[in-house]
Amino acid sequence: MSKLTNIKDDLQLKRTRRLQRFSNRSEPYLYLLPTIAIMVLLLIIPIYMVIHYSFFDNVIINKNPIFIGIDNYVKILADSAFWVAVRNTLFFVAVSVVVHLFLGMIFAMLLNTGYLSNKSKALFRVIYALPWMFTASIIAILWKMMMNPNGIINFLLQVTNISSNQIAWLGDRKFALIAVTIINIWAGYPFYMISILAGLQGVSGDLYEASAIDGANMKQQFFRITIPQLQPILISLIMLDFVWTIQQFALIWMTTGGGPINATETISTYIYKQGFSKYQYSQASATAVILLVVCSIIAIFYVRHQRARE
Amino acid sequence: MCGIRERGNKVIGKKKWYIKLIIIILLVFGAMFAGFPILWMFLSSFKPNSEIFAWPPTWISKNFTFEAYAAIFQTQEKMRFFVNSYVISGIVVILTLIFGILASYGFSRFNFAGKNFINTIIISVQAVPPITLLIPYLSLIVTIKLYNTYFALILTYMLFTLPYAILMTTGYMNTLPKDLDEAVMIDGGSRFRALWTILVPTAVPGLVSVGMYTFMQAWNEYLFALALTKTNEMRTVPVGISLLMGQHAYEWNQMMAMSVLGSLPVLLLFLFFQRYFIAGMTAGAVKN
Repeated sequence: MSKLTNIKDDLQLKRTRRLQRFSNRSEPYLYLLPTIAIMVLLLIIPIYMVIHYSFFDNVIINKNPIFIGIDNYVKILADSAFWVAVRNTLFFVAVSVVVHLFLGMIFAMLLNTGYLSNKSKALFRVIYALPWMFTASIIAILWKMMMNPNGIINFLLQVTNISSNQIAWLGDRKFALIAVTIINIWAGYPFYMISILAGLQGVSGDLYEASAIDGANMKQQFFRITIPQLQPILISLIMLDFVWTIQQFALIWMTTGGGPINATETISTYIYKQGFSKYQYSQASATAVILLVVCSIIAIFYVRHQRARE
Repeated sequence: MCGIRERGNKVIGKKKWYIKLIIIILLVFGAMFAGFPILWMFLSSFKPNSEIFAWPPTWISKNFTFEAYAAIFQTQEKMRFFVNSYVISGIVVILTLIFGILASYGFSRFNFAGKNFINTIIISVQAVPPITLLIPYLSLIVTIKLYNTYFALILTYMLFTLPYAILMTTGYMNTLPKDLDEAVMIDGGSRFRALWTILVPTAVPGLVSVGMYTFMQAWNEYLFALALTKTNEMRTVPVGISLLMGQHAYEWNQMMAMSVLGSLPVLLLFLFFQRYFIAGMTAGAVKN
């Protein structure tokens, strides 16, 4: 009798253990369930869909699209407007990233000197960070007003005797791309500045002191200590900025809409127009896939870089 | 210039005065570059529309007026943009925090198959251009009949707010000792209870910065708000501002007033919680 209860107890125990083990194993997934659901529904399925669309004709509009292989890609790569967009995007991204880095570095170092009291440093830091607080559409409208032929920018240029022409910054094919790039530079440098500032504050002061004792000058300190110490941060910043700038849409869309003609057409405005003004969703998808591939390549480097830092 | 840091104040006497002068001049020029456009926006919002492009420009208009602000507050349609933005951003913040806390607890306290894989996917969201997802989203949102609703925007914003929230909160949770949860579990409480009664209250400073960054992302989003809504009563502030463009004549003063009002929430958050904000902003690129 007692033996039987023992066996029963034993069975009971085994069952609860198994249950426990199961619930232990599934427990983390329960915590992650909402996140996994969102990632599957809003990331994995849509990416699958957009790749799928890019091989079909007349998607979304037509209920039964026809498989056409790589025809969409062939069409896009043969479209001169696409290559104009690529060229503009490259200019926009390259200039933005370089000037962002340059301004961010200078401002961060200015804010990190020992010449200023902490209060004035805090004040300047707030002013310098301001552009980051404004959303792209507001920045676009504001600069559109300032860059009007009768706007304040032309007035300032005239007062300082730099140029007396009333330039239509955003309406002239010669200036439009430079103008939107300037706007993007203004909008984006604070991210660099604040990140670099945080990085500078993490560099040990002993390094500078030791080098000063050895007779290093400021230039040597900058290139031998500051830059190498900041290098991991700078690489992250450049890669993130590259991905953000290449897909910049709101700023360009609301200032020039890609025009005049196609002077400021970038990949993102090109995709948007193909999809939402021409209803060529298949070709828009194909272009979107090309953009995704470019960004993914950068992302792979970014993730590797982050992993290496850990 | 960078050789002197916190300890620099001691040696300041040795430093040359003209270096200080150059630094101050550079700082002032930089501040003008950064701050002038915003000052100009602010000043323009108090001008009558006819004076926006006056030549020479007026700084503070003789006809100083609140007309532009009044026009916004009196038009229900324009106030609606603000209501929409607040509702959508508010719900996105709440949902992001809840889902983010759950996920980061999972990441922080368990080891499980696929952990690395899921983590990689979450990090990689940062690199996916929103415009790539826009076309499939349009078709998904139309299929599940959410086109032109709050849900369409709330749902799609979550993809971009959640990864950041998870990364930040996981980092924070990792700094909280496991003894905390175990203490609750020894007293007979569940893990779930330990999370909400002990860990979450301890993590409040980190969650505040996550919440603010999430709010900023949702408040500022433009592309999806433009493409996934249709009627004016569903528009958010960023899209609403652009609607003031070119409907009739350009109402520049109203656009500036709306820009000021539309920037206030983020600006106030920034000024009051600067430290959290900077911690949040730099978390992506800078690691401790």
